[in-house]
Amino acid sequence: MRLTGWGRKPVVDADMLAPRSISEVQIRCRQTPFRGIPRGNGRSYGDSALAPRVLSSRRLDRFLAFDAETGVLRCEAGVLLADILDVSVPRGWFLPATPGTKLISVGGAIASDVHGKSHHLEGCFSRHLERFSLMLADGETLECSRTQHADLFRATCGGMGLTGFILEASLRLKPIRSAYLRETTFKAENLDHALSLFSEHAGAPYSVAWIDCLATGPRLGRSLLMTGDFIDDGRLRAPVKSPLSVPFDVPGFALNRYSVAAFNALYYHRVRTAQRERMVHFDPFFYPLDGIGHWNRIYGKSGFTQYQFVVPREAGHGGIGAVLKRIVASKRGSFLAVLKTFGPANDNPLSFPMEGYTLALDFKLEPGLLPFLEELDRIVLDHGGRIYLTKDVRMSGDTFRAGYPRWEAFQELRRKYGADTTFRSLQSERLGL
Amino acid sequence: MQKILIIGATSAIAQATARRFARRGDRLYLLGRDPDRLDGMAQDLRIRGAESVSYASFEAEDFARHPALLDQAYEALGGLDVALIAHGTLPDQRACEASFDTARRELNVNALGTLSLLTHLANRLESQGSGTLAVISSPAGDRGRQSNYVYGAAKAMVTVFCQGLRNRLFGSGVHVLTIKPGFVDTPMTAAFDKGMLWAQPEQIAAGIEKAIGKGKDSVYLPGFWAFIMLAIKHIPEGIFKRLKL
Repeated sequence: MRLTGWGRKPVVDADMLAPRSISEVQIRCRQTPFRGIPRGNGRSYGDSALAPRVLSSRRLDRFLAFDAETGVLRCEAGVLLADILDVSVPRGWFLPATPGTKLISVGGAIASDVHGKSHHLEGCFSRHLERFSLMLADGETLECSRTQHADLFRATCGGMGLTGFILEASLRLKPIRSAYLRETTFKAENLDHALSLFSEHAGAPYSVAWIDCLATGPRLGRSLLMTGDFIDDGRLRAPVKSPLSVPFDVPGFALNRYSVAAFNALYYHRVRTAQRERMVHFDPFFYPLDGIGHWNRIYGKSGFTQYQFVVPREAGHGGIGAVLKRIVASKRGSFLAVLKTFGPANDNPLSFPMEGYTLALDFKLEPGLLPFLEELDRIVLDHGGRIYLTKDVRMSGDTFRAGYPRWEAFQELRRKYGADTTFRSLQSERLGL
Repeated sequence: MQKILIIGATSAIAQATARRFARRGDRLYLLGRDPDRLDGMAQDLRIRGAESVSYASFEAEDFARHPALLDQAYEALGGLDVALIAHGTLPDQRACEASFDTARRELNVNALGTLSLLTHLANRLESQGSGTLAVISSPAGDRGRQSNYVYGAAKAMVTVFCQGLRNRLFGSGVHVLTIKPGFVDTPMTAAFDKGMLWAQPEQIAAGIEKAIGKGKDSVYLPGFWAFIMLAIKHIPEGIFKRLKL
C-alpha cells in the first residue's frame, strides 16, 4: 500500500502488517522474521517510519490498566495520546510531556522521545515512562526499564524504532484540577526581547513563542511568547466540537512569500497590547492544529518538511539569529516559526533536546530547498546544535553524526541485540545506521 | 447510562462502537468467540469509562444455547436498552460454489444465527415495550452479484427479516435499526486494496451511535452508499447480468 510520512514525501509502496494483538505480533514474527520498520500513526514528518515493509501498531490500541489514584497508565503501543487524554482528563490526569499533536501513538512518542512546551521543567516523554516491553529482532520480548535492560530502555527512547517493536508501556501522568489553563501572551519586539522574556518566565509550566520569521533588521525575531498554567476550578469535562478539515490540496501558487508575509504580520498584530491574559481549554492551547484535519494539504501535492534544530543555551542568540537572518535573506517564508527553550538533555543516545533553544520552521518542498537547508545545517552545527530526526527527511549522514556524537554507542547496542539488520527505515539507510 | 448487549463484540466495528458507549458510561455485556480477546476488550472498555463490562463466549451457529446466553446477559445488565448484533464472516464465494456444506455454514453464521438471536430478543423487548435492536446487515444484501452472492443472500435475509420485525414491533415502541456499512478497513477485509470508498471502523461506529440515538430505520454508512446502491439497484436485470460485479 501507498505510504508517506506527515510531510507527504517521499511516497513508498509498502507492505504493511497490522496485527490485532500482542500475541499475534509475536506469532507472526516468529513464523517469518520481520525486516523493516515499526510504524505508529504516521505523524512523523519525514521518512523515519517508511520502509518497503512496516509493522504497524495501529490495531494495538487497548488500555491495559489505569490507576486513577496514582495516575499510572498501562496501554498497548498503538493507543494515541488523544485516547489517553479522553480517559485521563475527566479523572484529573494529564500528560506531563506532550508534543503539539495528540494524534501520535504511545509507541511513536517513545521512539521519538517527544518533547513539548514543558521541556524546561518536565523533560521528554521518556522521563515519565516507567517501563515498556520490546519485541526484538528474533521475536523474543524483553521488559525494559531504568533497572531492567537499561541500555535498551535508553536507546529505544528516541531510537526511531531502530531497536525493536514496542508492544506496550506504562507511563506516569500528572495531576490536574481543571481542563483549562491561564494563558498569558507577551509581545516581543525582537529576538533579544523574546529570549529575555523566556528567562524571565522560566518558572511558567508551559511556554512557547511564535516568531514572525519574515520581520527584518531591528525587528528580526519579533514574536508572541505564550505561557500557560493549569488553573484550579475543578472543570474537568472537555467541550466536544467537530473538527474542521482541509478538503483538498491547496494549489502551489497560493503559498508564496506575499501570502506568508501577510499571514505572519496579521498573526503578530493579532495581539494589540504588550501583554494579554485569557482562559483556554487545553485542546487549543496544546494542539492548535489538531483541530484542522489534514492541515498538511495546505502545502499542496509537492509536500513539505519541518526543519527543527536545537542550539545550546550559550549559542542561543547567535545560532537562532544567524538562521533567521539566512531565512529572511532567502525570502523563503515559513508560515509560522516556533521557538522554545529546552532544559537539560537526558542520557538517551539519540534523544533530540539539549539545554538551549529550539526553532521549528515549515518549508514547502521545492527545487532549491535542499541546498538551502544544507546551508542552515552548517550554521546549526557551527553553533554546536543538531537536527530533530522525527522531522527530518533529508539530512546527510555527516550532519547526523556531527549532531549526535553518541551514535556509535547506539549502533553498538543495535548490533548486540541483532536490531541493525532487522529494523531499518529509509531514514536509517540514508543516515548510515 | 444505558444497558447494552453487543453480539460479535470483537469485530472491528463492534469494538469501535463499544468504545463510544463506554465513553458515555454505559453498562455493557459482550458476546464473542474468543474469551481472551473479550477479556482484554472488557478491561479496555472499563478504563474508557464503561460503568461495568461482563462477557461470555458464544457461537452464532449454536442456536440451542442462545436463549440461555441472553438470559445471562439480561441478568448481568439488569435489563436491556440496546442490542447491537455485529457478528459475521466474509465467506469465500468460490468455496461456497464448490460445496453447499460450506455455503450452509456461512448461511448459518451470517443469517440464521442472527435470526435466532433476533427472535428471542424481539419477544423480550416487545413485552417490555421499549428498546433498540441494531443489526449490522450489508449493501451486499441489496442485490445479488456473482462475486459474493452467498454473503449477499444471507444479508438479504437479515435485511428483510429486520424490515418485518420493524413493522411488527412498531406499535410496541421497539426500535429496529438496519445498518449497512460499505467497505470498511477491518481484519475481515485485510486482503483488499483500499481506495477512496473505504472507511475506518471508527467512522462507522460514530454513524451507528447517531442512528440509534435518532431512531432511524435503516442507514448506509458512510451515507454516500445510499446513492451508490440506489444506482446499483436500478440497473435493469438484462444489463446487470452481463456486468462483472
